[in-house]
Amino acid sequence: MSAPAIRTDALGKRYGSAWALRDCTLEVPAGSVTALVGPNGAGKTTLLQLVVGLGRASAGTVEVFGFDPQSEPTAVLPRVGFVAQEHPLYSGFTVAETLKLGRKLNPSWDDDLARTRVEALGLPLGRKVGKLSGGQQAQVALTLALAKRPELLVLDEPVASLDPLARREFLQSLMEAVTETGMTVVLSSHIVADLERVCDHLVILSHARTQLAGPIDEIVAEHRLLTGPRSDAAEVARMHDVVSERHTERQSTLLVRANGHVYDSSWELHDLDLEEIVLAYLARNRTGDPAIARTA
Amino acid sequence: MINFHLDQRSGVPTYLQLVQQVRQAVRLGILQPGDQLPTVKDVVGSLAINPNTVLKAYRELDHEGLAVGRRGIGTFVADVPPSRPPDDWKALRTALQRWVDRARAAGLDDENIAALFADTARAEHISRVA
Repeated sequence: MSAPAIRTDALGKRYGSAWALRDCTLEVPAGSVTALVGPNGAGKTTLLQLVVGLGRASAGTVEVFGFDPQSEPTAVLPRVGFVAQEHPLYSGFTVAETLKLGRKLNPSWDDDLARTRVEALGLPLGRKVGKLSGGQQAQVALTLALAKRPELLVLDEPVASLDPLARREFLQSLMEAVTETGMTVVLSSHIVADLERVCDHLVILSHARTQLAGPIDEIVAEHRLLTGPRSDAAEVARMHDVVSERHTERQSTLLVRANGHVYDSSWELHDLDLEEIVLAYLARNRTGDPAIARTA
Repeated sequence: MINFHLDQRSGVPTYLQLVQQVRQAVRLGILQPGDQLPTVKDVVGSLAINPNTVLKAYRELDHEGLAVGRRGIGTFVADVPPSRPPDDWKALRTALQRWVDRARAAGLDDENIAALFADTARAEHISRVA
């Protein structure tokens, strides 16, 4: 792929003495749909806000299309769409008034796109936004962001408050927009099952740090669950990156990120789905050591 | 035309599920040479999946010789779906049989043999997609 849409290097943000984000280094490839996962308080919202220029980094750097969103906002912001958490809109405005506001505020506004989308989704133009369902409000917020014709769309927990049907419809229309425009998308979410369908890249953030970043296919292919004799566990740990481990007196169960080929007749291998891998990383403790559960 | 479906519990990667469904439809005659596969936008719109996943599946089908992409028009089932020459198939089977005999002689049981085979095929696949 071409130059990354987003590149951060040792990026950090401190509020008082507490680091909301620390030592975050990652790249989001242009044209990718990248998921940002992590528990509440992991720094997801902070990272996304730094990307869209809402706030100044306390440490490190962030570049969007090669520019700093804070010091060179005119090179970044017209090219970026942002849908904030809970998709805030003016609830007293009608759908039509909301679109008019979008037109007035955005020089690159595509009114045809906005009108066509609203019509296709059956959103009533005359209704006040506050009277719409949660799914419809999310669609209005997405329309506002898309009509700006962004090259990068950033969404903070876009589907967290939606019911399963509205969630599916939202992701369908998001993916259709990606197909049409080829734009880069970064979205944060808790719902791993959705991410596996929709995203091709993944960043796991926890304890304010990046735990893992890469293409989802590779992440799933690299991780294996190994079950075998406890006496050999240290040898496996020497070869492969152990993400989580459980031990009984004689047996060990290791979730590893394999360095190349794994085969040893004394170890049983199991495939993992994305959710199991994500959960193992989220359970890892602050120092990056594997989470250890002992059942004697 | 076929409709794709997804089994999210299967553990099979999404793009591979699409590939398998096309292969199966061709095998059963539901898809015939020259038939158009659903457009990327149609698949994305109906399944809410990433367009790159659909493109990857169609690239894989192209690579296998099962489908042909025509720029700006769509992806079509290839005129002559490839079938492996039967003697090639037989030779592979004989070689594999010899290997299985050796593995058994070395003390591997069926589960071990299956695990070793799956892991080898997978490692080769990873190095091919990477």
